[in-house]
Amino acid sequence: MIRSLPNSRAYTLGFKLYVILYFTFLFAPLLVTCVLAFNDSPFPSLPWKGFTLDWFMADNPDRLGIFHDEINLSSIWVSAKVAFFVTILSTAVGTCGAFLFEQEDFRFKQALYFLMISPLVIPGVILGISVLLFSNTLGIFFEHRWNLDVGLFRPGFWLVVLGQFSFIATLVTLVVSARLKKFDHTLEEAAMNLGANRAEVIWHITLKFLRPAIIGSGAVAFLMSFENFNTTLFLVGSEATLPINLYLQVRDGSTPVINAISFLLIVCTSMAAMVNLFLAKKEEV
Amino acid sequence: MKYQIRWALIFFLTPVLLWLFLLIVLPHIDLLLMSFRVEDDYGEMTWSFSNYMNFFNEPIYWLTFVRTAVYSILVTFLTFVTALPVAFYITKVASPRFQGFLAMLLLLPFWVSELVRVYGWMILLRESGVINHFLLRLGILDRPVEMLYNDVTMVMGLVYTSMLFMSVPLISALESLDNSLIEAAYDLGADMWSILFRIIIPHSMPGIVSGSIVVFMLTLGNYLTPNLMGGKNSLWFTEQIYNQFIASFNWNQGAAFGFLLLVLSSLVIWTGLKLTRQKLTGVIK
Repeated sequence: MIRSLPNSRAYTLGFKLYVILYFTFLFAPLLVTCVLAFNDSPFPSLPWKGFTLDWFMADNPDRLGIFHDEINLSSIWVSAKVAFFVTILSTAVGTCGAFLFEQEDFRFKQALYFLMISPLVIPGVILGISVLLFSNTLGIFFEHRWNLDVGLFRPGFWLVVLGQFSFIATLVTLVVSARLKKFDHTLEEAAMNLGANRAEVIWHITLKFLRPAIIGSGAVAFLMSFENFNTTLFLVGSEATLPINLYLQVRDGSTPVINAISFLLIVCTSMAAMVNLFLAKKEEV
Repeated sequence: MKYQIRWALIFFLTPVLLWLFLLIVLPHIDLLLMSFRVEDDYGEMTWSFSNYMNFFNEPIYWLTFVRTAVYSILVTFLTFVTALPVAFYITKVASPRFQGFLAMLLLLPFWVSELVRVYGWMILLRESGVINHFLLRLGILDRPVEMLYNDVTMVMGLVYTSMLFMSVPLISALESLDNSLIEAAYDLGADMWSILFRIIIPHSMPGIVSGSIVVFMLTLGNYLTPNLMGGKNSLWFTEQIYNQFIASFNWNQGAAFGFLLLVLSSLVIWTGLKLTRQKLTGVIK
């Protein structure tokens, strides 16, 4: 059964085989995507026709590599901008949330906490359409009442940011709260005894202690926002984010340029994951 | 002192309240209200149940709804059955030297965008895909077979997509299981199945429940995988919502569909929690 018990050969072998199969299942699609990004063929499929970097570098009309592909490059830039603002907003509000639920007491705290975790169990599509509907309602209201045309209320960049922020902030709140739980309150008391006020204590001591959790959850927030599809789908305006743009291309047929973008995404995210895991390990020691 | 604490409360509470009310509570109330509004013969908006009546009167709508629910439950179950042996292998069978490495390997693919993973499966499985290429080469097939665009492939894709959210809680649940319990049961003559059903599964129940909730919610709200891997006949309910919003531009009908999906997801999660006697706040942790 387990390491410390005698196991039959068939059991050990069968189990090993299953795990190998499982990992093949896990990695096969990613591996194939990466390999075919370098195939010298106009379609992302076998047979192998030789190695090429055309899908990254080429700059002519029938073979446009990703580094010269204006549409894809601009969608990467849009995604990066969205992710940047989502990260800033959600780490700021999420940290406030962590302090609120860990250090403050007020009426209806339980109810508010329940509300705070609810975005985790609301499907992303529903969050998207409800934010879309509400902003539309607000837009109509502002126009009728004050004859104001507010761009924010129409699908577009800022609505995407707000829609993604609405559930990513929950994640930051939970991660930062978990760290804040481990905070040693005697440090705070000591600082207060030495004459610091609450704001100074939070700024100089508590936030310093929370920094790894804030940075870590900020990195995850960035990645989640960069890759979000479901919520973004309904809120996106004329500036498509990378997942939306890729989706439209994949749906209408594919070229190895998509493989090239995927390859870059896989390499970047794996590296980010490694760094994150490494930092988490260092934190534990 | 008292005065200062109140200021801190206001400072932390304001952004959290703005977030939760403007982006979660009010949009969902708006979603509910909009779902009861229809345009009458004179182009005026009135209150009506007709959006919901449409849902029950058109078999295509409620059949898609039932299909989505049933398939989501199936996917959740399949994900659990595939992930449990791997989680067990990593925590209890593999030699401790490889544990960290295997766990990291397990997480790695899920840092990559869902779109890239689905795209990988598409170039593996389609008619001109990699698997067909090898099967033809080996002489197993005479002509390529379209393996995409059917329900089996779609379910596999959904299982693949949500695997992470099952394996992580399972691994952490199994890590806390004391090996000596299994050893004792083994010494007393229990076979593999009774150890599985009477020790391992009851112990990992919290992990199973939280994994299942997340997997179910993500599958129900998934749009990409059913849309890209499922066939023309395998409509997912999120696609119906999308069609109402983007294609038919009937937002009120879409709001009704969205609200129904939200009710279904909350209902199943609530039932799951009640059956296993757990609390949402406990499960999230």
